[in-house]
Amino acid sequence: MIPKVAAQAGTFESSDVLFLIEPLPEKAGRKIELFSTVLHQYGESFNRIVSEMLDDFDLTDIHLIARDKGALEPTIKARLETAIRRSLEMQEGTLI
Amino acid sequence: MIQQGGVYGADSILLDLEDSVALNQKDAARFLVRNMIRTIDFYETEVCVRVNHLSTPFGISDLEEIVPLQPSAIRYPKTETGGEISDLLQIIEQIEDKHHLPHHVMTIHAMIETAMGVQNVFEIASKFKRIDAITVGGQDLTADMDILYTPDGAGIDFARKRIVMAGKASHIDILDTVFPDVNDEEGLKRETEYAKKIGFTGKAVINPRQIDIIHKVYTPTEEEIRKAYRIVKEFRINSAAGKGVFAIDGKMIDAPVVRRAEYILKLANIEVSLADNQGDSQ
Repeated sequence: MIPKVAAQAGTFESSDVLFLIEPLPEKAGRKIELFSTVLHQYGESFNRIVSEMLDDFDLTDIHLIARDKGALEPTIKARLETAIRRSLEMQEGTLI
Repeated sequence: MIQQGGVYGADSILLDLEDSVALNQKDAARFLVRNMIRTIDFYETEVCVRVNHLSTPFGISDLEEIVPLQPSAIRYPKTETGGEISDLLQIIEQIEDKHHLPHHVMTIHAMIETAMGVQNVFEIASKFKRIDAITVGGQDLTADMDILYTPDGAGIDFARKRIVMAGKASHIDILDTVFPDVNDEEGLKRETEYAKKIGFTGKAVINPRQIDIIHKVYTPTEEEIRKAYRIVKEFRINSAAGKGVFAIDGKMIDAPVVRRAEYILKLANIEVSLADNQGDSQ
């Protein structure tokens, strides 16, 4: 899938994560920037979660910025799914 | 705080998709609540989800995301008529059928938050087997009535009592509205004591600090439990001997007194044992 618009989801609050997504030109690949308060302990796990979800949505050309304040896995997945769906303009049941 | 919901000792936790969520964050809240229910162990705490009303653009999406997870209950806001509950149940059951889920596990809590809802609360509470609790929403109700919400609750007193009566007539739980000032612990205690006195079976909180205060009001005292235990035990012994009415310490004990005593023991989670038939003189 190809992101259509820049989108974001999440907050800067403790135990949350903010994701920003920007579309990139075709074949540009994935550019992922992670800033996390728990990078040393959980950076590897965070990157795995993100990669798996980008694979699930078949997103290959994307610029993703994540600012994590210690979010749990279900929170990371929920915020990233929201950002992805917004960037794909697939979100339903909300006001833009 | 959601992930810690089970550790604060609340009987039930309410995950909200409705009024606490901004209109442009409904999708984010829905995915977050869905993932939390899938992942987090809330221990013995009942998990309810307050969805948006079906008259909004969000209600259907909420149900499609949440119903397959079968939380303990769906809380339906601003319920005004039995017809609205019929519509809600029809959609819920369609989703349950699609996912091969039973229709009797997840229950419905109807929130009464408008004058029309108060007017129709008997129909709402009594007509549907899946409704096992009704609640009053004080802030929305006063707004609907064009009055101010005051600490003495004067404006919603009639509504509270009518909602209690409807719940009692239907033998379901009746949950009081939140006490909004988290710093006024005395006020919360007073309001909870009043809610208990008029028949509410529980009260909503907006902060974990409020849980203990409410539990203390609703938890029977040791003296009440001892007395109730003695009444129920004597009642069973006397019933077995064919006596319907008897006396303890000179006071007549009949069916209503026994029923109240049984309710106290239920709150205290105590079973009466008849193994020791010597009588209990505590």
